Formats: sequence, C-alpha cells, structure tokens
Amino acid sequence: MSNIIRIGNGQGFWGDSIDAPVRLAKDGPLDYLTLDYLAEVTLSIMQRQKLKNPNTGYARDFLDLVERILPEISDKGVKVITNAGGVNPQSCRSELIQLAKNSGKEIKIGVIQGDDIFPTLAELRKKGVSFENMDTGADFDSIMDKVYSANVYINSSTISEALDKGAQIVLAGRVSDPGLALGPCIYEFGWKDQDYDLLAAGTLAGHITECGAQCTGGNYSRWQDVPNLADVGYPIIEMQPSGEFHITKHENSGGLISRETIGEQVLYEMGDPNHYISPDVCVDFTSFNINDLGGNKVSISNVAGLPPTDSYKVSISYFAGYKASGQLTVSGPNAYEKAQLTAEIIWKRLKNTGVTFEDTSTEYLGLSSCHGEINAFPSQINEVVLRLGVKDSDKNKVNRFGKELAPVITSGPPGITGFSGGRPKAQEIIAYWPALIPKQLVHTSVDVV
Amino acid sequence: MKITLHQIAHARSGDKGAHSNVGLMFTSQELYEWAKINISTSVIKQHFKSIAKGEILRYEMDNLLALNFILGDSLGGGGSESLINDAQGKTHGQALLLMEVDLPDNLSQFVSSK
Repeated sequence: MSNIIRIGNGQGFWGDSIDAPVRLAKDGPLDYLTLDYLAEVTLSIMQRQKLKNPNTGYARDFLDLVERILPEISDKGVKVITNAGGVNPQSCRSELIQLAKNSGKEIKIGVIQGDDIFPTLAELRKKGVSFENMDTGADFDSIMDKVYSANVYINSSTISEALDKGAQIVLAGRVSDPGLALGPCIYEFGWKDQDYDLLAAGTLAGHITECGAQCTGGNYSRWQDVPNLADVGYPIIEMQPSGEFHITKHENSGGLISRETIGEQVLYEMGDPNHYISPDVCVDFTSFNINDLGGNKVSISNVAGLPPTDSYKVSISYFAGYKASGQLTVSGPNAYEKAQLTAEIIWKRLKNTGVTFEDTSTEYLGLSSCHGEINAFPSQINEVVLRLGVKDSDKNKVNRFGKELAPVITSGPPGITGFSGGRPKAQEIIAYWPALIPKQLVHTSVDVV
Repeated sequence: MKITLHQIAHARSGDKGAHSNVGLMFTSQELYEWAKINISTSVIKQHFKSIAKGEILRYEMDNLLALNFILGDSLGGGGSESLINDAQGKTHGQALLLMEVDLPDNLSQFVSSK
C-alpha cells in the first residue's frame, strides 16, 4: 500500500489550457494526471463524428498532449486518467499505441466501456427504463426520435480495475468527473465499495480539482490577492490512505491556494450539500474539516459518506432546434436610446417580412446584462453592445435573422459598428436531458492492451 | 454600517440545469452567524427578482462558514437552449456580492476596504 499519492488535474473542460497538463507532468513530482475533456453535450458531437467516420468520436486534443508528455508516462511513470475516449476509446487507443511506437515507446492502455447506451436505448426501454427527465419529470417519448447520445456516469472502480491490470493510460468515456481522481485512490489504497467515508474523501478531492485552476486562484472573489495568474499552477491532491488529503500546487507556479480559494470551489455547482450524489457514494459536504496550512497548502479531513443510490445518472443529448445570436456596438450621444431603437428596427423588419420566432432575446452588454436590476442605472453610458438572439425549429428563419443585422449600420441611427465575423448562422441546439437507470442494467468492461 | 457583501464575503456560482447555485462564504465565525440570521431566502429572492423567476432554496454549511442558494429558473431555460449571455449563471456570485447590507458596528473589524 502506498503512503501518499499525488494526483494533479490538468484539464478542467474541453478547451482548457493545453500547456497546464504538460507543466503538471514536468515541473514537479506527480503520480497521476487526470484530464476532463467532456462537457454535458460534448459526447453528442463525438457520437455524430463517429457516425460519419467510425474511427473518430474521441478527444483528438488528447493525442497532441500524450505526444508532449510521452517521456513522463513511459520513463517517469506518471499515469494518466481521462475521459478523452469519448464514444470511441478503442480507436483512441489504437492511435495512441501507434503514436508511442513512432517514438520507440511502448505503453499499456486501458479502455473502459459500457457507459455508452445509445445503441441499446430501445432495448432498455422495453426492459422498463422510463428515462423520464429527472429534473422536470418530462416524458422521454417527446424527444426519443431526436436523441444524439446517451451515456451513463459509471462508477470509479472501473478505473481502479484498469490500473490493476497495468494500464499507464486509462481511457474512459462518461465516468463522473470526481471519479477520475477517486479511481487511483481506490487502486492504490485498496478502498472497498463499503468504505463510504474514504470514497467520499476521494470524491470531494476530485470535486475540488475537477475545474483545474478554479481552486488555485482562478475566478476568485478576492482576485486582487492572487499573485501571478498568468503563470497559474494547476491543483494537486496529496491523498493519504486514511482519506485525509492536502490540495497544493507545484512550487514556483502562480496562483493561490488558501481556505478561501478551496472553499469557493467546494461550493461550485453545489446542490444540496448534505447529499452530493456520485455513482460511488453520497458525500456529506457539511461534514469535513478544512485547515489552511499556509504555503499554498490546505488540509481536509473527516469527510463523511453515505451509501450510494441504486441508480446511475444518464446524460442524454438531443436535437432541440436552431439558434443564432449577433452583436452590434452602439456608441456616442444617447448610446442606450439608439441601441433600443436599433433593436426595435431589426425586430420590426423581420416581422414585416413575416418572420417571427419561438423565442428571442435582446440584451445590452455593458448595461446590466448579467445582473439586471441589481445595478442602479448609470448616469452616463458612452457605448453599449446590443446583443440579439433567436431560437426556432425552422433553420431558414434563424438564418434570415442573421441577414438583418448589418443593414442597420447604414439604415439605422448613427454610431453603430462592430459587425465583424460575418452574418450569424443557425447553430443546432443540442439540449441536455438527465435521467436515471437502475445500476444492474449497466454492464461495464475493462481491458488493457 | 452600510456595506456591500463583497467587503465581507466570498461567492461562487454555476449552473444546475435550468437553475443556478450561488455559494456565499465568510472568513469569520462572527460574520457567518450574522449571515445565517440575516441573509434569508426572502432577502435573496428580493435581490435576484429580475434574474430568478423560480423558487429560492437555502442550505447551511457550518463547517465551511458558507450558505448555498439555489436560484430557481434563473438561466433563461438553461444550458444550450438559453439565448442569454450568461446562460450558465457564472456571474450570479458577483451579483450577490453587490448586495447592500446593514452590518452591526461590532462587526466592522471584519470589513475589507477593497
């Protein structure tokens, strides 16, 4: 059994810093590198890529990263845990093996499968799974023929199993985000399914680090107190077998770790703190002790867990129409009044041609667009960005909207600019539908090559 | 003394489906005890009346000196379906820190000038 393991998270979402994981692997001691590439609707994009080309459907950014940190994986022994496999971890693995071979290296890669239930949705429905929307209670029949992807948040012991079989890289699809950090703890310390407090500790640690620099000084209320955000260090969990852990970062990196930067992130996307439900355990976020040790190190202990529920959460995505939005900058005397007139003109012109929409939005960026009436109306506004948006099931109508913005520069009030990047085009809306599935209907598999 | 919450508290927000959550955290037990009594759901509902169209829920986290609020129906539908600029409620924490409150003078030692 190990004494302490260091787990760094170098990717908080698809599109996060491409250099952060490299620096975590190279700039100091590290045992595990976790990387989250999946947002709630990312899998639908991958599912459709795979339909067009059966060799795609995973996060290609991950291949570029592995190329950069191959020596750390193969020689230094840093293990990588990621959901970059998307809906096609097998193809991702083939590419990685080839990539390593080209550099004269051999690495063992584990693939976790069973989360992708898109191909068996009809069968599962026959077995009695309703897939009703767990937030709204809405009936699945209303979206069934528009579904793009369906993935189960599976449990973290699958990650442990892959490590046990010798994987240096573990490729999953939809595992829980905190599970990426919990998996190696289960493997290293031999935590069992009923060790609820320990599983809760690993889950809390993973929750704190899952958004990368958001716990090391990024997006922090007291931003004035954070040194060198340009060089911000990404978070590292130092986990002990007892479930007590530290959050820290590499020496000489920027950013800040304190009770407050960690505490803010604990609160991120929090529902009922007494019952944080993961596939592995229910965590009581009101249970733990937090202690600022100074020197960018915070200690957390006494995390309490409860048994998990008997179902897994399913992340379903479906086609929900089209949307577009566009912006114009309105400047000079009476900027706000002119922006209001501009909006009125555009909506009226569209209506005059017979085009109306299921939903529209009119916002004035720079003027309480985020905080509404919480702000007092300013005494002076020297410019404002008019942001208009539309939503409709008819793609042609949404594209028609995009053609009505530029003309107002020469046929509206004076002082309008900022129309660049071409006409706004209709984008598909891929909506999110959370549901539940009984755990016994989900069959996972792990293989390492 | 009249202050705004940003002088005494930390906040972070994010999305929960069609709702957002705002966590409000304090750096001293004294401020937290004051907030537990004074930052009620009705105070939050009034503050966010132009943003949150649904129910306000409130949870206490004594271990973190924090309150967690759920702002019901505050994202214009939420997620990818919403047309609004802040469709994920990323800025709702900052909105809460704009709140003006009347703090007892005996807590003035905890007020930041920043």
